[in-house]
Amino acid sequence: MQWQSYTQLALYLGLLLVCVKPLGAYMARVYSDQPFGLDRLLAPVERGIYRLAGVERKAEMGWKTYAGAVLVFNLLGLLVVYLLQRIQQWLPLNPAQLPAVTADSAFNTAISFASNTNWQGYSGETSLSYLTQMAGLGVQNFLSAATGMAVLVALIRGLSRQSVRTLGNFWVDLTRSTLYILLPLACVVTLLLVSQGVVQSFDPYQSATLLQPTTSSDGTPVTQQVLPLGPAASQIAIKQLGTNGGGFFGVNSAHPFENPTPLSNLVEMLAILLIPAALCYTFGVMVGDRRQGWAVLAAMTLIFVAFMALSVAAEQQAPPLESGAPLATAATPLQAGGNMEGKETRFGIANSALWATATTAASNGSVNSMHDAYTPLGGMVPMVLMQLGEVVYGGVGSGLYGMLTFAIIAVFVAGLMVGRTPEYLGKKIETFEMKMAALIILIPCVTVLLATALAVSTDAGRATVANPGPHGFSEILYAASSAGNNNGSAFAGLGANTPFYNMLLGLAMLSARYWLIVPTLALAGALVRKQRVPTGAGTLPTHTPLFVGLLIGVVLIVGALTFIPALALGPIVEQLML
Amino acid sequence: MLQQHTHSHQPRPLFDPQIMRGAIMAAVRKLDPRHQVRNPVMFVVEVGSVLTTGLAIQASLGQGEASPGFIWAIALWLWFTVLFANFAEAVAEGRGKAQAATLRQSRRDVQAKQLSSTDRSRGYTTVPSTSLRKGDLVLVEAGDSIPGDGDVIDGVASVDESAITGESAPVIRESGGDRSAVTGGTRVLSDWLIVRITANPGETFLDRMIEMVEGAKRQKTPNEIALNILLASLTIIFLFATVTLLPFSLYSVAAVKALDPASSAAPVTVTVLVALLVCLIPTTIGGLLSAIGIAGMDRMIQANVIAMSGRAVEAAGDVDVLLLDKTGTITLGNRQATAFLPAPGISAARLADAAQLASLADETPEGRSIVVLAKEQYGIRERSIHALEAEFIPFSAQTRMSGVQVPDRTIWKGAVDAIERYLQDRRAALPAQVRADVETIAKAGGTPLVVVEDVTVLGVIQLKDIVKGGIKERFGALRQMGIKTVMITGDNPLTAAAIAAEAGVDDFLAQATPENKLELIREYQRGGRLVAMTGDGTNDAPALAQADVAVAMNSGTQAAKEAGNMVDLDSNPTKLIEVVEIGKQLLMTRGALTTFSIANDIAKYFAIIPAAFATTYPALNRLNIMRLASPQSAIIAAVIFNALVIVGLIPLALRGIAYRPVGAALVLRRNLLIYGLGGLIVPFIGIKLIDMLLVGLGLV
Repeated sequence: MQWQSYTQLALYLGLLLVCVKPLGAYMARVYSDQPFGLDRLLAPVERGIYRLAGVERKAEMGWKTYAGAVLVFNLLGLLVVYLLQRIQQWLPLNPAQLPAVTADSAFNTAISFASNTNWQGYSGETSLSYLTQMAGLGVQNFLSAATGMAVLVALIRGLSRQSVRTLGNFWVDLTRSTLYILLPLACVVTLLLVSQGVVQSFDPYQSATLLQPTTSSDGTPVTQQVLPLGPAASQIAIKQLGTNGGGFFGVNSAHPFENPTPLSNLVEMLAILLIPAALCYTFGVMVGDRRQGWAVLAAMTLIFVAFMALSVAAEQQAPPLESGAPLATAATPLQAGGNMEGKETRFGIANSALWATATTAASNGSVNSMHDAYTPLGGMVPMVLMQLGEVVYGGVGSGLYGMLTFAIIAVFVAGLMVGRTPEYLGKKIETFEMKMAALIILIPCVTVLLATALAVSTDAGRATVANPGPHGFSEILYAASSAGNNNGSAFAGLGANTPFYNMLLGLAMLSARYWLIVPTLALAGALVRKQRVPTGAGTLPTHTPLFVGLLIGVVLIVGALTFIPALALGPIVEQLML
Repeated sequence: MLQQHTHSHQPRPLFDPQIMRGAIMAAVRKLDPRHQVRNPVMFVVEVGSVLTTGLAIQASLGQGEASPGFIWAIALWLWFTVLFANFAEAVAEGRGKAQAATLRQSRRDVQAKQLSSTDRSRGYTTVPSTSLRKGDLVLVEAGDSIPGDGDVIDGVASVDESAITGESAPVIRESGGDRSAVTGGTRVLSDWLIVRITANPGETFLDRMIEMVEGAKRQKTPNEIALNILLASLTIIFLFATVTLLPFSLYSVAAVKALDPASSAAPVTVTVLVALLVCLIPTTIGGLLSAIGIAGMDRMIQANVIAMSGRAVEAAGDVDVLLLDKTGTITLGNRQATAFLPAPGISAARLADAAQLASLADETPEGRSIVVLAKEQYGIRERSIHALEAEFIPFSAQTRMSGVQVPDRTIWKGAVDAIERYLQDRRAALPAQVRADVETIAKAGGTPLVVVEDVTVLGVIQLKDIVKGGIKERFGALRQMGIKTVMITGDNPLTAAAIAAEAGVDDFLAQATPENKLELIREYQRGGRLVAMTGDGTNDAPALAQADVAVAMNSGTQAAKEAGNMVDLDSNPTKLIEVVEIGKQLLMTRGALTTFSIANDIAKYFAIIPAAFATTYPALNRLNIMRLASPQSAIIAAVIFNALVIVGLIPLALRGIAYRPVGAALVLRRNLLIYGLGGLIVPFIGIKLIDMLLVGLGLV
């Protein structure tokens, strides 16, 4: 690997970590109702929204009310996206005159965007009108992210408040997340992207004459190319910031109109992890002990760095060609070397592997290279990161609430080992908390395994697999892992826009999102009623390197132990057979 | 001749042959699915055993998915896994049952002498003890067994309580005060008692004790339930991971055969999947969990403490604050003379001589300690009070002095104000030096006694609370564990502060009353802390009821015993510290074995995964880093290791893991290293050794 690669990785991590404290502190003020500057400007808007929606700002909710609000709101969003797709042919802003999306694809996409997964069975430029993209997907990009943040804030309140029953007001948390955090950041990122040449236009698709005509697979000559356009920049900004990942165009951020330059690439990669990382600091501030936030962030970062290194190393070592033909794979000042198949030359190995790691560490799922073409080990990295439950930074809000659940499990085992009823942040972890934590860990694992098993044992599931052998298995496992952990990234190679996969993966996404949100809120509801036990020498410290190590161990072991047999039949054996 | 019961003072050996025999039988009986289903992890293993046994029979009939020998070996070892877990539980229970059998001997039915009124002269009717109900009055005379728990309402008697406490020295029971409680099954040795029965048959202390040690009414404790949920959910995850492996395998075999029709790829067998599942689910902790809980109770019993519930034992590990009575816990029972401070012009030896003379007939512990000190420091030997023609003047409330009259002089000793009044009456005064000494002693937490011969002030005896040896270190250790110690005393704040500082407690409550003690407990609890205390008197009962862990002294009143959730048969208040340690050790053992159990899985994957898919993907054999001989030997070795590790850890489960009073962070580091890292490494070695043995014996 070249020194440039190291520098880019270091620069990325450095920039990310520098942003954690200021953004984290800002978000803590937003959620704690303290002045933060922007509120002076936008407070009338916020009040206007509440008046319009009839929301009583000060009304606090118990966990059941909060969960009810989350579910009703998400169901509404889901219905809107579904309807928009089904009737887009009669609505304005459809210059390409695209027809209605099929029912199963619309169902899948509606769930996908409401659940912050952004799995895309379809290709944006050939399926969705500008209106569907903006009013349907774009809006959900904001709201699904804000939902995750609201649930997280409720859990944090469960840990920081004591001896009460309420967790805050979902409508207020949702509004403030959108208005004060997502919108302003999206504006900044959009402008940065437009400056790099990302398209933002309502013009119809453009046609261009090819300088070098070619022939299509059926032999007809191709002389014209259609260049799709659209309001992309604004949607890409929030797709990255909100860990949504649904590309405006089919090939996502590998498309030159979505991600034209190395700088736009850096901005988009930063946007993926920005909020999830900063929320750790927010958590530390809100529970009154910043060290707790740093500890969680440290655990996430260490896992991230390890996987990033593995991914970059695996991709930099190109596998030998089956034909035995000579291939220049060494890195030189003029070429990236390594396994460049499926990668963009403007990003090279380091920035492709880094993106692949970041997009699956967070539940983003956007891609700037084709993971299917990675080496088996390189392709296993994003797969495992998803299977860990999307907790290494993870989705906005959802990543941290998942990680806090792992922390609770870690505390439980470690707490026993120090001879006390386990407690996290002074809250005793008892039967009910363990039940909810177990559900949260259990559901994605079971969803992924069952979905994979169903796909490999039915003709419908096997029909659209592109590659034979272990690689084909990896393609299915990857898709199930992506949907079952609300990531949305695609391995490619699997034809997923079939009624079978649209239904299967749609249901997987539903269960992974909402069966986790409800136990998480129930957990918060149980914790908020407890008293905070004062900490002392006898209590297990949860901010030390030892605990960080333990947390990493629990995340890796629960993830690894569940999926090792499956991985052995996919990427592991594929790597061993090289 | 007294029957000696020494059951609780000699720790039973870990593997008593008699218990072992019973446990083996019980292990087989516990195969009953109705029993197994209470433990989800082991229930899954039993279902797996039944399934593989069926497959083995099928294979023996010639239609098996693998060789009959292999399937039988797996089935057999899966049954052993269940049996070993049952055996662990049975051994733990057996130890309790043996204890209970000893106790039951004292619960034989006796004839009770029921009285119709408190007047014993009006005669009694003889009834069986089982017909006695709460509130009945009985007469118990020398030689009689006390027919049930009760309060003495008349009489004084010496009682042999060895059946309960294991202590053979008789104790005095009398009406009123803190020594009025008697326990059914104990025996009156001399004199008589009239007892009001306080418990219906079947609800007596002895009954409850038998129930507790037998574990008959053992309910899972909250923490055990929470751990069970974690174990059950891991089991479910692994169940899905292995069940889905069958379709994955079928898909892979089809894929391999599509490329190479000549391939010998065969799908993974159900036997192997069951073996993999059993190896992955946390059987080690699942199999030992109930044994650990029962053994925790047993360790309490070994310490001569009867916990009224498993919950109480567990709560003991969580205690943040210990309320300790000063007298008996922190200090030796009574104040003792520690120094003679003579008045100006008087020799120390003369003061000591006079003080000893005045104390010869004084049977109070303070008086005895003066005699001892005089002998130690000045070699003054005990004298016969009759030979000296001396006459002892006992302490009276009026003079508030005691003394001795010898033919030529009168010696008095008493508190400073009493002596001063005595001197004033005789127109004498206390020398300034003596007054200064008195104040110094009082400030240091001691009690000064002034000694006067006629009107000559001889000096001051310093009486001090003697802090028990080693107690300061013990409190230091508790502090390291994050436990705060609070001394409870009736002394004034000045004295209390001095003793508190000397003993190294964190805080003290001076001039304690039952009310402010209760308030103190509530205050700590409001702050989210768990409080433990000991008590024996009836006035302790409210505080005992309020405390989270309340150890009542067996010598105490019935009310105190009812209010507490543990009873210390030795009536030793220092035991509280031990109780906390046992509670912590119980939780630690659970946590350590859980960690060990989960860490084991890594090695088992390396053994089973390459073996399970050897025919499909020979490349996976590169994961066989243990170089196990064959796929079948690898899987059998993993299953055998998984079963044997349960047996190997039974002693640890029963004894509890090594415990040291250090801070939480240190304990965690240590246990993670031993049980986490150890759990990672040990199975690699174990599975390899078993594999080598299997090959060496030609079994595979």
